[in-house]
Amino acid sequence: MTKFQGVDFYGIEGLLGEEERMARNTARAFVEAEVLPIIDKYNREGTFPGHLIPKVGELGFLGANLSGYGLPGVNNVAYGLIMQELERGDSSLRSFASVQGALVMYPILIFGSEAQKEYWLPKLASGEKIGCFGLTEPDYGSDPASMAAKAVRVGDHFVLNGTKMWITNGSIADVAIVWAKLDGQIRGFLVEKGVPGFITSEIQGKFSLRASVTSELSFEDCWIPVENLLPKTEGLKSALMCLNQARYGIAWGAVGAAMACYEAALNYAKERVQFGKPIASFQLVQRKLVHMLTEITKAQLLCLHLGRLKDSGKARHTHISLAKMNNVEKALEIARMARDILGAYGIVDDYPVIRHLCNLESVYTYEGTHDIHTLILGQDITGISAFE
Amino acid sequence: MKIIVCLKQVPDTAATIKVKPDGSGVETEGITYVINPYDEFALEEALRIKERLGEGEVTVITLGPPKAKEALRTALAMGADKGVHLSDPAFEGGDSYATAKALARAIQGLPYDLILCGKQAVDDDAAQVGPAMAELLGLPQACVITKLEIDANRKKAVVHRQIEGASEIMEVSLPAVFTAQKGLNEPRYPSLKGIMGAKKKEIAEHNPSSLGLSPEEVGLAGSKVKILKLSPPPSRATGKILEGEPREQASQLVKLLREEAKII
Repeated sequence: MTKFQGVDFYGIEGLLGEEERMARNTARAFVEAEVLPIIDKYNREGTFPGHLIPKVGELGFLGANLSGYGLPGVNNVAYGLIMQELERGDSSLRSFASVQGALVMYPILIFGSEAQKEYWLPKLASGEKIGCFGLTEPDYGSDPASMAAKAVRVGDHFVLNGTKMWITNGSIADVAIVWAKLDGQIRGFLVEKGVPGFITSEIQGKFSLRASVTSELSFEDCWIPVENLLPKTEGLKSALMCLNQARYGIAWGAVGAAMACYEAALNYAKERVQFGKPIASFQLVQRKLVHMLTEITKAQLLCLHLGRLKDSGKARHTHISLAKMNNVEKALEIARMARDILGAYGIVDDYPVIRHLCNLESVYTYEGTHDIHTLILGQDITGISAFE
Repeated sequence: MKIIVCLKQVPDTAATIKVKPDGSGVETEGITYVINPYDEFALEEALRIKERLGEGEVTVITLGPPKAKEALRTALAMGADKGVHLSDPAFEGGDSYATAKALARAIQGLPYDLILCGKQAVDDDAAQVGPAMAELLGLPQACVITKLEIDANRKKAVVHRQIEGASEIMEVSLPAVFTAQKGLNEPRYPSLKGIMGAKKKEIAEHNPSSLGLSPEEVGLAGSKVKILKLSPPPSRATGKILEGEPREQASQLVKLLREEAKII
């Protein structure tokens, strides 16, 4: 296999700054050397390659776009490119980094107390501690405002009750950011591993994100000290701010998964001979390859401009919704087309395609389903909410 | 310990190289550039020496067009302390001698205990700049090294060199020039903190006059070797697949080697 040179039909490389290219190169080299050679084994076994965490931390990929407390503070384009490269490796790894950076470190940085920031951020950045984010519940997914989890103040403690579902990193996390209603208002709480009444169980039988840990968290009269409240959280909006950060990374990550599928399909089509010639010479196959390249190019430009908007403080949450919605949908479409081009070889893990295809089914749904993002945009342009 | 590492920015080893139609050079459009992989070994070794000794300074130096600054910046992101860039149109088109001369002159103006280079650049594969520079600086040299042990107090180094079928172990007094072979170490990736920190590190610029050289002494004008023409290797003709029983194939093969290839 030759070294990945990126997919860059429009010379987007020239629009990147030196720091952005260097960050991307580091992530790409890391994925080529340390992720691609091992990922199929972990995907088959359904286990998380935890040995990569210290390395990912050392390179600065966890909370890369956050500043202060010794964090790298790269710009959002560099951060996006890192997410793209990680997901070219596997969505599981990008999911790990997204959760740790955007859903755990970000809320601690934005809503946390000074003591919380000083204690947690360096440890989470290095990967010494792992975090997870508990918002979704078994009965409340797209409608988190209706959540059942509750916190009640008793003296200098909160007593937490509820269940959180589909939680990435849940069973391996040292700390969970748990969202629950306190006096009717949704607030964020830091719940540490091992606190009595806090139990995690890993969800089995997944056909997607197999190299990632997905868990159920349950809280039964779980007493946590008052100082574990994230003091600046104010309602569901705070949780949604975190999701915006993560969705931004997902929009880029989807491009990485799509690139991996396109590259595999293009190489295969040029080498696979049927009827005496490479299948890449057939018009139907060319049409598929061109469609893949077109959608990747559009998605890249969308991400890059979104990143520039975010860096200049002009990105709205609806801009992020559009990119997450479009890019994941297109990546999934590209993965399916690549699977089709590879024929029967497309269903085995000798090629990365089926793994990305299965992963992207989750990515399509998590962090705001495709339909919910559509309705967020529908509400934005018509002024009429279809779901409230 | 002050260590100087010489770098060259070269086309990515995975890039597809096309020779210009007039044979004057290669097409540079659309090619991604990297630090010459052997120079990365040299840099990594310098960084490890500094880390092991707990003190020191690593200066990276390159001769190349403005875009070569990115190679220096990458080296600074990996952990080098300072950069020196010999960048001027007059430097262009130089052979190994002209390049070594300019680098040696720049290095003369810097404090150093050790100079590390890659054993060769993967673009022209000349493997001349390191040794030529050592000669011009009047320093001992050891090329194609796979192991380096520094004794900073005695100002000595023990190096392992790859030679035909064996390795040669030598003691060399410092300062000296060593050129790095694959196997010396495994280079690190620049971390994000390193990348952000590199922006604040200094890169000194030089042109021929700031090095006390005339434009005739550098680049194409100062070269002893001139490239007349580059041409891509001839494309390989389609191979022949022999059919039949092994005995038949063997006799066909002998016949072809004798009559067509004319090598037996």
